[in-house]
Amino acid sequence: MEEINSLIGGFKVALSWYNVALMMVGILLGVIIGVLPGLGGANGVAILLPLTFTMPPTSAIIMLSCIYWGALFGGAITSILFNIPGEPWSVATTFDGHPMAQRGKADEALTAAFTSSFVGALFAVILITFLAPLIAKFALQFGPAEFFSVFFLTFASFVGMGRGSPFKVLASMCLGFALASVGLDKMTGTLRMTFGYDQLLVGFDFLIAVIGLFGIGEILSSMESGLKFSGSTAKIRLNAVLQTWKQLLKYWVTSIRSCVVGCWMGITPGGATPASFMSYGLAKRFSKRGDNFGKGEIEGVVAPETAAHAAGTSALLPMLTLGIPGSPTAAVLLGGLMIWGLQPGPMLFIEQKDFVWGLIASMYLGNIAGLLVVLTCVPLFAAILRVPFSIIAPIILVICAVGAYTVHNSMFDVWMMLVFGVVGYTFQKLGYPLPPLVLAIVLGDKAEEGFRQAMLGSQGSLTIFWSNWLVGSIMTLGMILLFWPAITWLLDWRRTARSRPIAAAAGADVADRKR
Amino acid sequence: MTYSSRLRNSLPRGARYGLGAAALAAAAAILSPSSPAVAQAWEPTKPVQFIIPAGTGGGADQMARFIQGVVAKNSLMKQPIITVNKGGGAGAEGFLEVKKSSGDPHNIIITLSNLFTTPYATGVPFSWKDLTPVAMLALDQFVLWVPADTPYKAAKDYIDAVKAADDKSFKMGGTGSKQEDQIITVALEKLTAPKKFTYVPYGGGGTVATQLVGKHVNSSVNNPIEAVSQWKAGALKPLCIFDAKRSVYTNKVTATMAWSDIPTCKESGVDTQYQMLRGIFMSPDVKPEHVAFYVDLFKKTMATDDWKQFMEQGAFNQTFMTGPDFAKWVADADKLHYDLMKAAGFLAAGK
Repeated sequence: MEEINSLIGGFKVALSWYNVALMMVGILLGVIIGVLPGLGGANGVAILLPLTFTMPPTSAIIMLSCIYWGALFGGAITSILFNIPGEPWSVATTFDGHPMAQRGKADEALTAAFTSSFVGALFAVILITFLAPLIAKFALQFGPAEFFSVFFLTFASFVGMGRGSPFKVLASMCLGFALASVGLDKMTGTLRMTFGYDQLLVGFDFLIAVIGLFGIGEILSSMESGLKFSGSTAKIRLNAVLQTWKQLLKYWVTSIRSCVVGCWMGITPGGATPASFMSYGLAKRFSKRGDNFGKGEIEGVVAPETAAHAAGTSALLPMLTLGIPGSPTAAVLLGGLMIWGLQPGPMLFIEQKDFVWGLIASMYLGNIAGLLVVLTCVPLFAAILRVPFSIIAPIILVICAVGAYTVHNSMFDVWMMLVFGVVGYTFQKLGYPLPPLVLAIVLGDKAEEGFRQAMLGSQGSLTIFWSNWLVGSIMTLGMILLFWPAITWLLDWRRTARSRPIAAAAGADVADRKR
Repeated sequence: MTYSSRLRNSLPRGARYGLGAAALAAAAAILSPSSPAVAQAWEPTKPVQFIIPAGTGGGADQMARFIQGVVAKNSLMKQPIITVNKGGGAGAEGFLEVKKSSGDPHNIIITLSNLFTTPYATGVPFSWKDLTPVAMLALDQFVLWVPADTPYKAAKDYIDAVKAADDKSFKMGGTGSKQEDQIITVALEKLTAPKKFTYVPYGGGGTVATQLVGKHVNSSVNNPIEAVSQWKAGALKPLCIFDAKRSVYTNKVTATMAWSDIPTCKESGVDTQYQMLRGIFMSPDVKPEHVAFYVDLFKKTMATDDWKQFMEQGAFNQTFMTGPDFAKWVADADKLHYDLMKAAGFLAAGK
C-alpha cells in the first residue's frame, strides 16, 4: 500500500541519531510541562519554538510534537497524585485517579493512565496514517450546527453524572455557563458582565478555574482533614506495571470506545478536554461497575486518558490538512510551520511528503519512547506522595500560582485562582459536584458560539439541527443520552408497578421475620 | 593540600602574577561603565515581547511569528523576540497591555484593523493615540472568495445572485464581529440593496476559509494568506480583490492563475475598496532612540529574501512608512473607520 511505503520513508527520516535525541529531549520537557499545572503544552511549545529555528524543519517539528506528547502524558501525574489536573484534559482523570491514589493504588492508577494514553495515541496515529484524506473531508462537513451538536452530545453524556441531587448538577452547570459568558461576546462584539474591569475582558480562563477549584480546593480540604495526604502509605511495587496490564486487558471495550470518541473529537475539532469528559460519561453509563465510578475504579482512568490522547493526536490532522488547529498546541505548531515556509493545507501532503511522513513516523516513535520513559518512573512518582504534606503543599501552591500567572501574564488570575479555590472547597462541603461546573466553563462559550452561528445561518429556525444526517444523528444520540436516566427510571417504574403486589408481600414477610 | 594551593604551587611565579593582573583587568573592564566616547545606539537589554492582539493562525499571527523567525534566523537582534497572543476582547487585551507598559521599550505590538474598530465597537478605553507608532510593514489585501464549484465567474455574478435571492439567504463568513470583515460586508450590502447578507462571525480567518470550503457559508472576504492553500488545492476561487489596482505579483499560484490575474472589485462592477494595516506600535512614552532601533530592525527584516517570499505568498501590498507620515496615515485611517462604523451602526454607546 502506498501509505506503508510512505510511512517507511518517514521512519528513515525520523530515525537519525539527531532526531531520536531530540525526541527524548522533547518528551522529557513535555512531561515536565504537563506536570506543572497551568504551564500548558501550548505555552511550552510556544516558548521553545524559537529554539527550533536553527534546526531543519522535520527535526524541529519532531521535537515540538514530542513535547506535545510528553505534556499529554504528564498531565495525568499530578491529577492522580494530588487531584490537581496538570492540563485541562486531565480533569476527568482526577475523578477516579485520585481516589485510587488515596487508597494506596497510585502506581496502578499511573500505569493505567500511561498505558491507556499510549493506546489512544497509537490508535489515532494509525488512523492518520491510513485515513488522512478521508478524515480531512469528513472534518470539512462540520459547520456550526454540527459543532454545537458535538458539544451538546458531550453535555448530554455527562448529565446524570453527579452523585446526589440532579438539581445540584444543574445548578453547578449553570454557574459554569454564567462564568463562561463573562468577557467579549464574539457574535455581537459587545462585552458581557465585565463591569468595566479590564482584567475581565478575556473572561475566566478555564485553566485558572480548574487549578483553583481542584488544586487549591483540594489543599484547603486536606488542611481541614488533618494536614495529611491520604495515600501516603502507598507501597512502591515494581511489578505493579505488569499486574496492572493484566487488569487493563479486561477493559478492551472501554478502550476501543474511548479511542473512537477521542479520534472523533480531535478531528471535528472538539479537542482533548471534551473528549475526556464524554468518554468518562459514556464509560460510567455503560460500564457494569458504573456506580463505583468516582470511588476509584480503574476503568474510570482508562476511559478519559485514552480519549484525551486519541483526541490530542488526531487534532494534528486537521491542522496539517486544513490548517485548522484542533487545540491551542496545534495552533502554535501551525505557527511554526509557517516560519519554516510550509503552508499547511491540502497541498502539504502532496508538496512536502518527507516532512509529513517524517512527522507521522515520529508520532509512533515518540509515543513508544514516551511510554517507556513514564512507565519506568512510575514508582518514583508514586513515592512523591510519601513526602509530608507540610512540605509538598506549599510547593504545590507556588507551582499552581506560577501556572495561573503564566496563562495570561496577569496577577489578577492568581487572585482568581484563590477565589476559585475557596469556591471549590465550599462546593465540596455543600455537596455540589465540580465536574459539571468545569465542563460548562470549558465548553460553554464554544457551544454557545456554535449554537448562535447555526441560528444566524438558519434565521432562527431550530430545524437546522436536523437538516442533514450528520447533525441529525448526533443530536438524536445526544437527546437519548440526555433523557436516558428518565427513560430507565420509567422502565424501572413500570417493572416495579407490575411486580409491586408480590414485592409488597415479600417485603412484609421479611419485615415480619426481622421483628 | 587545598585545590587553590595546589593551583598556586603548580604555576611559575611570573605566570601567577600575569594571571592576577589579567583577572584584575577583566574585573575592571566588566565593572566600569561603558566609555561615553563610544556612542552606543540603544538595543534591547532583555527579551522583547511581541504582542499579537488576535488568536493563533490568523494573518497577524502568521506575520508576527514569521518576523520572529526571520530575526532569529538572520541574527538581526541580540535579544530574542517572544511572540504572545493576547487576542481577548477582540484584541483589547493586547492593546491595553501595551498602553499600560508605558515607557517600556521591550514591548511591541503588531496591529490589524482592530486597533481602530475595537475601541469604537466595545467602548474599551484605548485608542491608537495611546501607542507609539513605529512602522507600517505592509497593507493586507482582501479578496472575495467563493467555493470553486459555484457557477459565478465574476464578482458581479455573485452580487446579482444575492440580489435575486431572498433577503439574508446568502451567508458571508468573517473574522469577529464589528471588525473589518463585517465592515466590508456592510459596504457590499450597499450594492446588493435591499437584500442583505447574513454575516456569520468566526474566531479566525483560517476557520472562515475552512467553513467556506465545507460550504457552510457562501462567501468570505479572507486575506490572501488565509485562503491561499485552499485556492491552490482547488477548493476555493477568488472573484475580485478589494484594491484600487491589481496585485503586482505575476508568478502563478495555481496552474492557471497568479495574484495579478484577479480583477479588482471595481473592474468587476463592485466598487468597494479596503486594505488592512499591518503595522508595528510600541508602548507610549518611549524615547526616539527606542523607536529608531525598531525602525532599523524592521528595515533589515524587510530586506531579507525570506520576507520578500512571504510578501508574495500572501499577496501583500508592500509599503513602508515611518515617522510623521505613518502617524498621519494612521490618523486618517482612524477617521475612516469611525465613519464606516458609524454608518454601519457598530459604534458602542457613547462613542
